[in-house]
Amino acid sequence: MPKISRKTVLTVLLYLGIVAITPLCSKAPFYRHVLIMVGLYGLLGVAWNIMGGYTGLYSFGQSAYFGIGAYTSTMLLVKAGVSPWIGMICGGILAAIVAAGVAYPCSRLRGPYFTIASQAVARTFQILMTNWDYVEGAIGIPLPLMADTWWLMQFKGKMPYHIIIFSLLGIAILVCYYIERSRTGYYFRAIRDSEEVASSLGIDTVRQRIIAAMVSAFFTAVAGTFYAQYVLYIDPESVTQHALSIEIVMVAAVGGAGTIWGPVLGAAILMPISQYARALLGGAGRGIDLILYGIIIMLIAVVRPTGILGFFQRKPAIEGEGGDDIGTTITASTGTDDEVRGSAGQS
Amino acid sequence: MRFGGLLANHDVTFDIYPGEIVGLIGPNGAGKTTLFNCISGFLHPTEGSVLFKGENLIGLKPHEICHRGLVRTFQITQPLRDMTVLENVMIGTFCRHPQTSQAREKALAILETTGMWPKRHQMGGELTIPDRKRLEIARALGTEPDLLILDEAMAGLNPTEIQDAIELVKNIQAQGITLFIIEHVMEAIMPIADRIVVLDAGRLIAEGPPSEIVRNERVIEAYLGEGRHAKRKQHSS
Repeated sequence: MPKISRKTVLTVLLYLGIVAITPLCSKAPFYRHVLIMVGLYGLLGVAWNIMGGYTGLYSFGQSAYFGIGAYTSTMLLVKAGVSPWIGMICGGILAAIVAAGVAYPCSRLRGPYFTIASQAVARTFQILMTNWDYVEGAIGIPLPLMADTWWLMQFKGKMPYHIIIFSLLGIAILVCYYIERSRTGYYFRAIRDSEEVASSLGIDTVRQRIIAAMVSAFFTAVAGTFYAQYVLYIDPESVTQHALSIEIVMVAAVGGAGTIWGPVLGAAILMPISQYARALLGGAGRGIDLILYGIIIMLIAVVRPTGILGFFQRKPAIEGEGGDDIGTTITASTGTDDEVRGSAGQS
Repeated sequence: MRFGGLLANHDVTFDIYPGEIVGLIGPNGAGKTTLFNCISGFLHPTEGSVLFKGENLIGLKPHEICHRGLVRTFQITQPLRDMTVLENVMIGTFCRHPQTSQAREKALAILETTGMWPKRHQMGGELTIPDRKRLEIARALGTEPDLLILDEAMAGLNPTEIQDAIELVKNIQAQGITLFIIEHVMEAIMPIADRIVVLDAGRLIAEGPPSEIVRNERVIEAYLGEGRHAKRKQHSS
């Protein structure tokens, strides 16, 4: 991309500005914790979006890659004293390899069948980690407190974590931005619409699906490493549980799947709600935060299935013809619609 | 090609020469689309071979066949709904032009020659039937094929639209692209085809120039049924 438009520059500045200003609004640790959660889930949402939003592979098994990231860096740190930064890259690469290994045999599965397969893999992974003694099984691994340094990614304050997670999110968004404009991005979207057409036009659909899964898994694992360093304790329950996979999907779906900023927006809306609801109502009645969550999702599903960004996104209207108000909103593709119209035309 | 106990195509052998327009006709269920699927790699025939530029295509995947210069369209039009017309065609042009800017340029040129240029920003899912058929062709042209195979590109069109479609097909031939066309609309295929291949119940029953085909006894029988055909004979005698 040799040409950088003014819009791009403005977007980057706006992003940096928001990231820099928001933590200064309050010194309360909980407030800053919420911001970090926004960054973390934003990153997870952007990673899911590459696979789910663009390519149409609705993975409900991202927790496996998150777990791989968290466990790889932690094991390397605990057993060999390797810096989490190196562990982060190793975890990402390992997750990408595993994702390719999963995506290849799943390459003929579409829609809900793919979703079920992805879920099965993640659940198997959780059982594996719970029963594997080398990684301390269900007991989990506390990360040793060593020193407040960047090299070990351990800090007393929250600001360095804030900077790290939003830098990682920034990188993920840039990668997403690049993919969207390249041939790969077009191919991903073609596969989402129709694999049959995609392959008839020369697209190696299996290969593209594997690429999407690998990129997605890489960033999910990177987020896993960050989580391990931030919380400093991991166990199968916290880093490989199924609820995590669902939350990742919701972040992207609420904000707007298949758009660059949708998942970030989704995280910025859902995370404060879930965190504050948990803090305020957690003692009063368990699960009220989840009820609130549920209500939001129902509202989104009814009012705007494409997510909140769908409110602002309008495809260019038809040139020279009257107002284009035909819905581009419902994206679910139905072959039958075609057939009905096709045969009606023939008769 | 065999589906369990059903022989969908049996003993079908014919040639297509460069620069020709060859029509494939036959009653419903004759196995025309199955034949197309075998040629384009969507089905793997149980026996036989498909030779294209001296290479056997059997066992190759559709995308590999596309890269070799053979591309097909679908009978039931499948526009990529969430993409604009331009983006739809770009999916085709990316096949030979990996750079986004080049692919876009090439796609715009194709949209101009196929008459879809004014609708380039419309979404694939919003198009009317004739436009969808046209988009199918434009998208396939984007891959710069040597042989383009069209599955009922004119079905469901009104007479004016058929005339437009015929013009488009002639245009494509003038660009040096060979065409192999399944068509039910006889008025459309007869005047433009150099040769016609007729399938009935999975078998090739006739092959030759359109003028011969319309007089072929077996073809008339296949289309009108034996009873009607016999009556017609009596009538004329």
